[in-house]
Amino acid sequence: MGALIEVRDLNVVFGKGRQRVHAVKDVSFAVERGGSFGLVGESGSGKSTVLRAICGLAPIAGGQVLLDGAPVPHGIAFARRVQMVFQDPYASLHPRHTIDRVLAEPIAIHGLGDGEDRIERALDEVGLGSAFRFRYPHQLSGGQRQRVAIARALLLEPEVLLLDEPTSALDASVQAEVLNLLARLRAEKGLTYLLVSHDLAVVDHMCERLLVMQHGAAVERLEAAALEAHRVDTEYARTLLRASEGYRR
Amino acid sequence: MGLGAWLTTDTPRSRFQARMGQTYNGWRDLVRNPLAMLGLAIIVALVLMAALAPWVATHDPIVQTLKDRLLPPGAGGHPLGTDELGRDIYSRIVYGARITLYIVGIVAVTAPVFGLVVGTAAGYFGGWVDTVLMRLTDIFLAFPRLILALAFVAALGAGVGNAILAIALTAWPPYARVARAETLTVRNADYIAAARLQGAGATRIILGHVMPMCLSSVIVRVTLDMAGIILTAAGLGFLGLGAQPPLPEWGTMISAGRKFLLDHWWVATMPGLAIFVVSLGFNLLGDGLRDALDPRSAPR
Amino acid sequence: MNEAPLLAVEDLWVRFRTRARTVEAVRGIGFTVGRERLGIVGESGSGKSMTGRAILRLIRPPGEMTAKRLDLAGTDLLGLSERGMRAVRGERIAMIMQDPKYALNPVMRIGRQLIETLRVHAGVSRGEAKRQALAMLEAVQIRDPERVMRGYAHEVSGGMGQRVMIAMMLMAGPELLIADEPTSALDVTVQLDVLKIMDRLVRERGMGLVFISHDLRLVATFCDRVLVMYAGRIVEELRADRLDEAKHPYTQGLLHCLPKIGGGKAPLPTLRREAAWAR
Repeated sequence: MGALIEVRDLNVVFGKGRQRVHAVKDVSFAVERGGSFGLVGESGSGKSTVLRAICGLAPIAGGQVLLDGAPVPHGIAFARRVQMVFQDPYASLHPRHTIDRVLAEPIAIHGLGDGEDRIERALDEVGLGSAFRFRYPHQLSGGQRQRVAIARALLLEPEVLLLDEPTSALDASVQAEVLNLLARLRAEKGLTYLLVSHDLAVVDHMCERLLVMQHGAAVERLEAAALEAHRVDTEYARTLLRASEGYRR
Repeated sequence: MGLGAWLTTDTPRSRFQARMGQTYNGWRDLVRNPLAMLGLAIIVALVLMAALAPWVATHDPIVQTLKDRLLPPGAGGHPLGTDELGRDIYSRIVYGARITLYIVGIVAVTAPVFGLVVGTAAGYFGGWVDTVLMRLTDIFLAFPRLILALAFVAALGAGVGNAILAIALTAWPPYARVARAETLTVRNADYIAAARLQGAGATRIILGHVMPMCLSSVIVRVTLDMAGIILTAAGLGFLGLGAQPPLPEWGTMISAGRKFLLDHWWVATMPGLAIFVVSLGFNLLGDGLRDALDPRSAPR
Repeated sequence: MNEAPLLAVEDLWVRFRTRARTVEAVRGIGFTVGRERLGIVGESGSGKSMTGRAILRLIRPPGEMTAKRLDLAGTDLLGLSERGMRAVRGERIAMIMQDPKYALNPVMRIGRQLIETLRVHAGVSRGEAKRQALAMLEAVQIRDPERVMRGYAHEVSGGMGQRVMIAMMLMAGPELLIADEPTSALDVTVQLDVLKIMDRLVRERGMGLVFISHDLRLVATFCDRVLVMYAGRIVEELRADRLDEAKHPYTQGLLHCLPKIGGGKAPLPTLRREAAWAR
């Protein structure tokens, strides 16, 4: 069974000379088709940078990213196979484009047919309905915007969805709705998820396996089951686990 | 459903309705700003005056009546007096509005567009594209605008057409700067990254995603610059390099009147007042537009 | 809590008048704070932050606040002039915001800000102020206070900045501390350190604490008492250790919609908001 997406010894370096930042150091992991893999860490752990490197938004200084065993394609071909949902739904939708325009764009770029149908269907799938179609992002709540972002990512029917803290900007009750939506879509479409989050509980809920990162490096690889049983080996993972349970007097 | 409800609905049913609703919201913001409305009123009045010049004017702006020369305002049926060739100043200002609008209009649709293209391209691509385009912009910015315009007109020959060309050539660099600055702030936004991940190319991103974000600051800048453009045109006219006599251009009129400034003040003052009022109008409107053009300030 | 409350609030309203309509952010709430840790929990738009600001009378136009009573240990805050209110802010009630980056002056060294604060409020000499500032930074467990004093706000990390804020806010010795999402911008591991420091200082000094947060689980483990806000109203008041006895469906919903480690992969229960809650 080959992995659908595989990252081998990935290194990301920003800047040069004194301002050089080694953001990701020798990170490797693989996600099988239909699987869901979590990257957990605090700010500066490089977890989001790994996602951005996979889709070419961050410079790869070393290592490989493989899709189905082959180096990731670029541009249009990549877009059809891998899509991303960003953390902040207030920043990931163009403030001057209606939802309709946001969703029409990928259809236009890839020259897909029956745009009207696709847009309506995409909105239905994320539970928004056509009443939202001609609104502007500022007329939507955070949760509704994130649904639009998910709809946009799914329009191209990708195999892999990269989720960069998809719910950290949302209220708890809205987070539950969006997580449920993501879980349902994954089951329905057989998607492969790579989820980045600072919240162990979210990752545990959504993923079968996860990688704990700190300061750009992988710290510990875990099965969700081990996490649930508190069977963790490293001190850092234990700290994160403790912190996720709230304050202790 | 009334028109108001159709415009303000939260659930527009078509692209057209959504756009009109957005425009309506901006318009309501503008209406609440009395100074901006004053500016708009001045500009609408200017446009009407230019369009209806033959009906608004009381005399022919070019025909000379030497016996009526240098009449003070109000005398002999000339509300603003007459100039040294006995032409009605009021009528000349009315017809002059056409030339002013012509200059302003053409400059307004050429210079900002050129500046926008240069600025967004420089900002989006960065690297050597940015360096080359911005150094070019800097060269243009290094000269005082009027001097550069003068040089162009001197090379191309006097006349309204060349004056417009010269002004446009000297007016674009600030827009390129503004557009580049805006582009740099949106270039790393998530929605640009999202568009790139959808497979969008540079042209599509610049035209569809970056430019709309630069547009409002450029439009505001244009309205604020209008005053400067009118003044440059008037300046060229004043120096005899813009519109040629007997065309009733405001700057040329001031230039002709300055010889009589001490004894017959109205000859130069009246067109000067016209320039002042119209410049003020554009400035007030520009300030108001700055607030109204931002969709994020729309009511939630 | 047998003693008289530190802060008593009755019938507090915060309204925002916009062109189209008036938005009521806080709608006639009342509560008291003793020398305890009171949590105010709610989602965005619940009015929890506005409540915190209203206590300090920091609502800016077009917003306006009204209340029947706003009493700080015998002082009627509603009756104070703006000048009198300025003396209360910082000296008797301090506020910690979410992001220390915006609360600290970016062009003034941290040490100087601390010293100025002390000199204004306590009127002590420069040398004494510096000694106290250093002691305070040590109290918030900053290891190298001399170095931090020489630095600027952008040079310290989020957790460090928030500690500096706490130090600054506590220096004037306020009676009540209002903390509005003080740890939401911090990493989870840092979050707990900062909370521990705040907890200890508040307890040692016998202060009241109003802890405003969206995170019910954190508030439940940190505070003594919890007010749950929804649409500008307090829908439920609970002892923090009795959270599982919550009766209001909104509180229950908030509790259960969070994913838990080991909670399984079944869909999370979601909140079905009922119009009746907002009434």
